[in-house]
Amino acid sequence: MQQVALASASPKAISRGSNFGDLIFAGLTRSAGILVLILLGAIIVELFIGGLPAFQKFGFPFLTSTEWDPVQEEFGAAVSIFGTVTTAVLALLLSVPIAFGIAFYLTELAPQWLRRPVGTAIELLAAVPSIIYGMWGFFVIVPLMAQYVQPAIIDSIGELPVIGGLFQGPAFGTGIFTAALILAVMIIPFIAATMRDVFLTVPPVFKESAYGLGCTTWEVMRAIVIPYTRVSVVGGIMLGLGRALGETMAVTFVIGNTNRIATTLFGPGNTIASIVALEFPESQAGSLKLASLLALGFILFVISFIVLAISRILLRPRLKG
Amino acid sequence: MSATLTATGPAKNIKVAEALGRNRKRSDVIVKSLCYAATGLGLILLASILATLLIRGFSGIGLSVFTEITKPPGSNGGLLNAIVGSLIQTVIGVAVGTPIGLLVGTYLAEYAQGSLLGNAVRFVSDVLLSAPSILIGLFIYQLIVAPFGGFSGFAGCIALAVIVIPIVVRTTEDMLSLIPTAMREAAVALGAPKWKMIVLICYRAAKDGIVTGILLALARVAGETAPLLFTSLGNLNWSLSLAKPMSSLPVTIYQYAGSAFDDWVQLAWVGALLITFGVLAINILARVVLRGGK
Repeated sequence: MQQVALASASPKAISRGSNFGDLIFAGLTRSAGILVLILLGAIIVELFIGGLPAFQKFGFPFLTSTEWDPVQEEFGAAVSIFGTVTTAVLALLLSVPIAFGIAFYLTELAPQWLRRPVGTAIELLAAVPSIIYGMWGFFVIVPLMAQYVQPAIIDSIGELPVIGGLFQGPAFGTGIFTAALILAVMIIPFIAATMRDVFLTVPPVFKESAYGLGCTTWEVMRAIVIPYTRVSVVGGIMLGLGRALGETMAVTFVIGNTNRIATTLFGPGNTIASIVALEFPESQAGSLKLASLLALGFILFVISFIVLAISRILLRPRLKG
Repeated sequence: MSATLTATGPAKNIKVAEALGRNRKRSDVIVKSLCYAATGLGLILLASILATLLIRGFSGIGLSVFTEITKPPGSNGGLLNAIVGSLIQTVIGVAVGTPIGLLVGTYLAEYAQGSLLGNAVRFVSDVLLSAPSILIGLFIYQLIVAPFGGFSGFAGCIALAVIVIPIVVRTTEDMLSLIPTAMREAAVALGAPKWKMIVLICYRAAKDGIVTGILLALARVAGETAPLLFTSLGNLNWSLSLAKPMSSLPVTIYQYAGSAFDDWVQLAWVGALLITFGVLAINILARVVLRGGK
């Protein structure tokens, strides 16, 4: 009698127990997922609330004002937005061709045994902390720029009409161009690694058909690989742009940190991230300056969110996972 | 058939055909050499950074770096408090962020297939993966530092944990989705509930990949400076309290590198050397772990 009761009770107990475990585990993982959503929401809300006093005080002209005067408590975002966008876009122009070259080399040209070590070396370049890029830039690249590169460019390209104006002024070594150069070095490995992964998704039979028709390696690249992966390549470039927009430490070391819109590429400037890093320690809690910095942070978040979102949407179909 | 082919296009004139062929070959060679040059440039840049660190930093390495704390210029200080502070914050940050990231990754790989919530979580996590780290610092400042009275090592740990989460999510989801369905089916057929299948079978099978993700996260946050500036702030005195400002290697490097004192700049290079080679070593270890699993 007792045995019968046991036999009929225990399977139920077991199945109830496992359902219970499943319920808890599924609930845990789901709430962790929701936590990530909350995290993003909290970042946006906290930055917006922190910046609210500045938005209220200055209104929409905050975005277009070039003032940054802690004494008069006049703050505007235009200079740092300009610096952020200019350095990031310049960095893209410099890095995309090089990253493409590296990705092309790693997928088509390199002998099989070299692909892994060279690929790893390029990925290690991405792992170097950004403060190291800042020091390297400040102590190695800046003197190089000031003594050799910038004087040479000013004397040659600077003399040309129209575009010459961009390459004039004193050769400080620091400035927008140097910042863009360091940023370019930092984002090359990201763009190169994404491009390589995307290029590898091209079905070999497509490339083999083109080779079979007598195409050269470059023609295969241009006529088969690039058209096939175009959308994802743009996504990878956007990913690099997102990185460049928010980079802080490296830029702070080399941009010159002046709140003025430079008329030449060698002039000093600042970016949202660099001004926040520099001015934040000097701001008092609750001050309008702090609110303005948080407002800048909010603007930077919105810009990079849009860029990164576009990048994800473009990359998702090709790089599943 | 071949007669009609040769009769049309440039091929009918042998000279034109040869010139075309030469042009195609030439542009192929030019592009290839540019690609070799680009790769060479990338490798030279890495070598230049490592060489600079070795040349400037190696001469400053001595026992006092690891036994003395940061001191005023000219008094033979070391980096002990910065190294210990960095270790504490990195380890706690990873320890807090990893379980959350692991759960989110599990949710995405095992539970959320195609659901709206799952896609949203995956998207947001991917965006956070590349979000500017300085904004994470500002966020934690607003969330923890400002309301709870001051900079603290604890706030630094949380800021790093926020950075760790999306990295672990990405690798966990990727690694779990590589596990063959047959293995899951075998577990379920034996009567295992789903959570046991995930914890005892899937986690074990994906162990190497998950460890790789954690190591990569460790390497990433060990070098982070920007999020610590507004959270743990840095501390030139000896302090192990999580409630007080805490020193860290990257922030100390930042303060020292920009200073006007030669011995501080020298220490900054030593710190830079330590952190870079530490981070690169963890990265290489992560790759070895992953390859060992394959």
